[in-house]
Formats: sequence, structure tokens, C-alpha cells
Amino acid sequence: LNKKYPDVFFQGVKKPFKSVIDVSSGDPHKAGMPPISFIRQVMAVCLYPELLKEKSLPLDVRQRAQKLLDMCSGGSVGSYSTTSIGLPEVQKSISEFITRRDGGVLSHPEDIILTIGSQKGLSVFLNLLTSGEGKTQTGVLTPMPCPHTLPMLLDMTGLALVPYRLFEEQGWAVNLDELHRALEAGRVHCEPKAIYISNPGNPTGYVQDRETIEKVIRFAATNCLIILAEEVHQGSVYGQDKEFISYKKVLSEMGKTYAETMELVSFHSISTAYIGECGLRGGYMEVVNIDPAVKKCLNFTPSAPVLPQLALELSLNPPRPEDSSYNSYTQVRGLSYALEFLNRVEGMSCQPSMAGPFLYPRVHLPPHMVEEAKRLGVKADVLYCQRLLEEEGICVGAGCENGQEDKNYHIRHRYLLIDNKINQFHRSFCEAMLTG
Amino acid sequence: MKSMYKITLQLQRCARDITNMSQQAVNGISHRGRVLTLDSMNPNVKRVEYAVRGPIVQRAVQIEKELKEGVKKPFTEVIKANIGDAHAMGQKPITFFRQVLALCSYPALLEDSKFPEDVKKRAQRILEACGGHSIGAYSTSQGIECIRQDVARYIEKRDGGIPSNPDNIYLSTGASDAIVTILKLLVCGEGRDRTGVMISIPQYPLYSAALADLGAVQINYYLDEDNCWSLNIAELRRALNAAREHCNPRVLCIINPGNPTGQVQSRQCIEDVIRFAKEEHLFLMADEVYQDNVYAEGCQFHSFKKVLFEMGPEYSNTVEMASFHSTSKCYMGECGFRGGYMEVINLDPEVKAQLIKLVSVRLCPPVPGQALLDLVVNPPQPDEPSYATFMTERTAVLSTLAEKARLTEQIFNTVPGITCNPVQGAMYTFPCITLPQKAIDKAKELGLVPDMFYCMRLLEEDGICLVPGSGFGQREGTYHFRMTILPPTDKLKVVLQKIREFHLRFTQEFS
Repeated sequence: LNKKYPDVFFQGVKKPFKSVIDVSSGDPHKAGMPPISFIRQVMAVCLYPELLKEKSLPLDVRQRAQKLLDMCSGGSVGSYSTTSIGLPEVQKSISEFITRRDGGVLSHPEDIILTIGSQKGLSVFLNLLTSGEGKTQTGVLTPMPCPHTLPMLLDMTGLALVPYRLFEEQGWAVNLDELHRALEAGRVHCEPKAIYISNPGNPTGYVQDRETIEKVIRFAATNCLIILAEEVHQGSVYGQDKEFISYKKVLSEMGKTYAETMELVSFHSISTAYIGECGLRGGYMEVVNIDPAVKKCLNFTPSAPVLPQLALELSLNPPRPEDSSYNSYTQVRGLSYALEFLNRVEGMSCQPSMAGPFLYPRVHLPPHMVEEAKRLGVKADVLYCQRLLEEEGICVGAGCENGQEDKNYHIRHRYLLIDNKINQFHRSFCEAMLTG
Repeated sequence: MKSMYKITLQLQRCARDITNMSQQAVNGISHRGRVLTLDSMNPNVKRVEYAVRGPIVQRAVQIEKELKEGVKKPFTEVIKANIGDAHAMGQKPITFFRQVLALCSYPALLEDSKFPEDVKKRAQRILEACGGHSIGAYSTSQGIECIRQDVARYIEKRDGGIPSNPDNIYLSTGASDAIVTILKLLVCGEGRDRTGVMISIPQYPLYSAALADLGAVQINYYLDEDNCWSLNIAELRRALNAAREHCNPRVLCIINPGNPTGQVQSRQCIEDVIRFAKEEHLFLMADEVYQDNVYAEGCQFHSFKKVLFEMGPEYSNTVEMASFHSTSKCYMGECGFRGGYMEVINLDPEVKAQLIKLVSVRLCPPVPGQALLDLVVNPPQPDEPSYATFMTERTAVLSTLAEKARLTEQIFNTVPGITCNPVQGAMYTFPCITLPQKAIDKAKELGLVPDMFYCMRLLEEDGICLVPGSGFGQREGTYHFRMTILPPTDKLKVVLQKIREFHLRFTQEFS
């Protein structure tokens, strides 16, 4: 949506607004969230090592930069990674982070593959999985709603999308009966081999509890499914009494048979609500219990750029004084304000989000809008988003992009806006809907 | 007999399934072995090989570990002359580029008076084009618009004014990303109708890997080693006609300047290729990432696009083409940024729509790479403060490479059993090595391809890592290796000397 429209605005056409506010993607920097200074300072020194002598930059910045440069071939961020799956020291650092995060459950550096963002990492792994045609085509159980780029990615990789509905009434929870139903339905037309999980959920923000995770693992094990766990928003959980537990940790506590056989791949990246370095394109995947012969094929992964590997390393090993409590405070404040507003608007209802950058409210569209959409040959939520963009200059994502197929129209938008923008945004947003 | 064997296999499989099923009943979970195995995975990926980072490099890394652990060897370091990574070999980055990128990363440095004005201006311009003025924001999938405009202007300037439309420019994650994307669009069909892609032998193994992954048919056309690795239209025709028996040839890939051979195509040759492509209705893919790396006297880089347009509208309006460039080679050597672009010519508008869809799946190319590319196509101008330093650095890198190219050819040609074509361009040498029959036999005994055997021995005895010619393709019965000319001149001289001595020793041993 936002790809086509912004061009129009550069042509000097008069509009009732000065600039487009694009909140359709989980991109914090675009919305004005400042990058984390420490990370950017270290990156600047790595880019231009003359700055190692720059006294105005903090000493710990310069020391960290030196350490990172020592990890690079020829001491330069411009050389290829020593192995195509990443800089070995970064692999080690990530495995140490994961071990810490999971309370001592060991992670091995050789199971870590650096990626060009979690989307690309997923694409590489899905490419290993894809095979067959027609009834033998490999299928992937996919949550509805799901990240808006996922349906296209599956299609392009030759995989069948087997949808399983998330339950809005339960805050977008995963439902076991629904998983069974979806799997049975899927088996009629393809061969499901994997289940995609987004936890914390994108775009719903739902954080799965331990019980749910165990049930999903058991379900996957019984039904010969690989678990693809996208856990990118693990660092931004703010719901009351909510805690992120990794699939790997839960798996490790389910006994030897599960822990040593269940095939699991988890994905993480620096495109998070907290770090927000989406444009750098960096991330990793951890492969658990994957066949070593298959794993070898991952050596042909396209080489990840070096700078985001270093940014990832920094984000997983932040210095203590820089823990941005200020950032998370702003986030929380922004979120509850936004939620409150949305739920007060006539025709909108929004489940509380517990994590991640998105709010995913349901919009009750007036019948005339649904009819108009039919006449124009577009989906009703897309028409809604188009109108919002044309009239208010606000770009949000249509729920159908996330796979929302039913008549429950939803929109997806990032709530992470800095304070003064929130007022502006929500005032015009809600006005637009009241007059809509 | 064969059918008996098949039935036996089936029975064995059934027996295994039954065993698994009863275990499943016992455990309550599936004791399946794994869901993802070599048998169940994507069959195409299994066939992918990439020699540049293949088994010899893995052994090299292992040896480095052993050296670190204090294991005694006849050498103290492994010289990795296998991969075209200039910075890894000590080449220095261009100051101007790194200064601008540092400012883009941490804009507070814009206040620092130590940075020249033109550096600051460039950084500000790039930041203004980024979402939220940050290189951490996603860009559009096709790449930041003002950067694509700068790329188009660069192409126009390079090609003597021939117009370039920014809409036809797609920024990418290195040239490899764009090459694979175009191939994805082009590969289709089944059986005899399956897309065939013509690639030069020897070739850069990204192509063979991509074709294997996509299940496309690889059509080999041989470069002429006796004529400085030149391209021969008769040979193209031979390869194409033979291929038509079993596939649908649709694409012709050229690497100019060449990898691994380094040959720089003459203008006449490029015209002939374009004519051939038009006659045979082939999509041209022109990999031009080494366009600034031209060393030999009398050689000049001619872009495919320029030649195409100079051949008149009959060609420039019809021939479909994509040309590729990147920030990884030339004088920049910034492989780790993964910056690049492709320019598409005469692409069907409906296909273009599909292309946009395809690139949007991977969200966007890394923004630092896009920023770097902007600087490469928009370097300091003569009236700007950074110009002098920039030109000094650029000239130094390219002239050093030229000198090393000459040195390499010269020294290798003094070794009986090694013949080396002039390194006209790019960053590699691909000499032909004569191996004694006994060595070939020994290699076969060990289950190794002869030039792999040779390179492994060189690695173990001298700590020099090269890539065997078999990784790039060569005429049956000939053997080669690819060596980069990137080590610093003094080190390169030592390497050349060591290879010389090794070759003589090796030949002696197996005589």
C-alpha cells in the first residue's frame, strides 16, 4: 500500500495534511524513535577507525569498537565474514546470550547462522524444506493473522499455506483444537511438514505461556512437524505478568525424548521494537536437532553484511549504564494511551497487546463502505486504509495483508510514536473514523 | 534383478514405517527420525556447490586453528588467496566513503569540525532520504529513490549520455542478490521446455549454484584459453544448438571483466554477443562488477548497455538485458556491506510488476550498502575538499592491482608446467597447470579431482589457499587453479615464489 502512494505526494499535489505518517510496518526509526546512541557510536568507530582516537567519544565505545574490529578479517567491516554463516565471534556471543536467556540451557555457536534479517533467514530455511507438487507439496501451518510478508514468501518458495486461526476472543491465543482442525484440513491437499509460530505474536502482540508452548511442541512432535519459531519481539514484552519463554527452553524441560529429537528453528533479528535497526538487515537463526547433512546445506546461505552482525552483538551484550529504561517507559506510556483511545472509539475494538510494536484493532465497517469496496473490486479493509491515507495522510496496514480473510476487518499499525506525535495521530485517526 | 531390488527397498521402507508406527503407539510421540532429511528436503539445494568457500577453505580454517593451538607447520600463517576479499588482504578502505558512513551512523558527528564539508553534505543528503532520517529504517524494496536517481546519473555519465531511467534501477544485497532474482524470474517450464541458461566455462560458481538451486539447465560455452580466454560466437552457437535438444535456452550470462579469467571483452566482441542474443532471442545478463578493474594495455571496459544503444534502435528497443554492479570489487572492495544494483533494459512491464513483488518479499536491501553505493556513484568532484585524497587513494589501489597483475603473469610464466594468460582485468589469475600422470592417478586413488589434490597439497605444505579450477569449470583433461592478486605486493611475491617451488617439487615427486 505505502509503496504506491508516497510517490503521489512528492508531486506537490495539495492535500489536507503536510506529510504521510506511515505506521503500517514495525519500523520505529521511521516514526521518529531515536536509535540507541551506544550502538550507533560503536558502529561509527568501526566504520571509520580513525575515531578510535577521538576523545570526545566515550572510552567504552572505543574499546568495544576495537574488540569488534578485531573480529573482522583485515580489521575492516568491509571484508566478507570469515565463514558464510557469519563471524565466528558473533556466533559465539549469540550462543552465550541464548544460554543466559534460557537459564543455562546450552546453545552451540555452530548452531547459529547469521542472517540478512529474520525474513531472509526464514526464506533460506523454507527453501530447504520445499519439495513436491500438488498433493505432495510441502505445507506450513501458518497463524492467521500472521506477519504480512509471510503469505507471499511461502508462495514464492513453493510452499502451501495451511492457515490456523488465532482466537481474538482469547486475546489472540493459540488453540489446540484449531491446530488439529487446520492440520487435518491441510493434509487433504498438501503434506504439512512445519508449523510457523510467532511469539510474541506479530501483529497481535500475544505472548504464549509455558502451557501453550508445551502443547504446541507435543502437537508438532506427534504430527511430524518442524517448529519455526519467530521470536523477534522477545525483548519488548510489557504486558502485566507476562514473560517471554523461548520455545527452546520449554523444549529442554520436556524430557530427553523431546529435547533431543524435536526439530526446531528459532529466528531473531535487530529489527525489534527496542533496537529498531530494520534497515541494517541483521539477525540470526538457531537450529536445534536439525540433521547435520541438511545443516551443511546452510553453508550456502548468502553471506550476511558485517555491520548488522556487529550491531546484533552489541544489542545482545548491552553495557549496563545504557539500559534504556527511558525507552521502555516511553513505549509503555505510548501503548496504554493508544489502547485506551482505540477502545473508546465507536466502531473499533482492540485486544490488549502484550508485546511487539503493533496494535491490531478490529474495525467495524459501516455496510456502505463494504458495498463500495465490492463495487471497486478491493477488499473492504484495503479501501478503509486507502481512504485513511488519502484523507488524513496516515498509512496503516490492512488486516488482509496479515491473512485476515473473514468479515472481521482489522488494521495493523505501530503504536510506537513519540509523545507529541501520538496526540496528533490519534486525534485525526479517530476523527476520520467518526466521520468515515 | 532391478525390479526385485526395488521391491526389496519398498518392503524395507514399509517395515521401517511399521516399526516407527508401533514405537509411536508406545511412546505417544512420533519416533520418526527427522522430518527434514536429505531425502525429504528440497532436492535442488542438495546439488548446490560453491567452490570458493568449499572443502579447501574449510581445511584452511582448520589449519589456522591448529596454528593457533601451537601445532608446528612448515609455515606460520595461511594465506587465503581463494576469495576476492580485498580488505581481508590488507587493502585500505576509501577514507571519504567511511567518513560519510560514520556520520550516517552517528549524526552527532556532523558537529565535528574534523570532517570536511563535502563529507557532511553527503551524509545529510543520505539521511534526509532515509525514513526518520535514520539508516536503521526500512527503505522501499526497490531501494532509496534518490540513490537510484544517482545510480542512473552515474550510468548516463559513464555511457556517454545514453539515458538511464531510475525506475529501471533495483538496488540489491550485493550483485549476487540481483542475479539470483532475475534468474528466478526467468527459470520456468518442465522437461524439454525447462529454461536453459548459458554460462561461460570457466565461470564464477555463484551461477552454477543458483542454477542448481532453481533447477534450471546449465548450458556451458567454453572460453578460448589459447586466445586469452576470449569469447567465440561459433562456440556460443555450438553450445546453444546442442542445448536446444534437451531444454529451452532463454538466457545468456556474460561476466565482463571475467571471473576467474580476467579477460576484458573487446567492443567488437560485445557487439557480436548482442547480435547473437537478438538473433537467438536470449535474455542477456551482463555481470560488470569488475568494471573499474582493467589493467592491460589496449583493454577498455565497454558497458553492454552502451554498446547496445550505439547499435541503434533495432537492437536497443528490443534486446532484453540486465546489467549488474556492486560495491564489493573495483577500488572499494567493500564486500561486507552487500551493496549493489541492477539495471533492467526492455523488461516487459508485466514482468516488472512481478519483479517488484519478488524483491518486496525480502523487504529491502541493507541501507548502509545503499548509502555506500550512493557514494560510489557520486564520488567527490574536482572542486570538493575530499577530491585530492580520494583520487590518490583510488589511483593507488588500481595501479597496485595492475602492477600485481603483471607480476603474477610474469612469474607464473617462468615456471615450467604453468602457463598463465595475461590478467587483463578483475582480481584473479587462472593459470593452466600441467600435472604428471602419476599425480592424476594418485588423486583418483584418493577420490579427489586432480587439481583439488594439487591445491590441498599446496595448502598443507605451504599454507597457501587457492581454489581448484574444477570449481569453476574447465575443458576436460585440463587443470587450473584460481588465485587472487590481492595480497600486498611483497607478500604476493613470496606466494608466487612458493607456488613456483611447490610446482617443481610436486612435478618431481610424481615424475
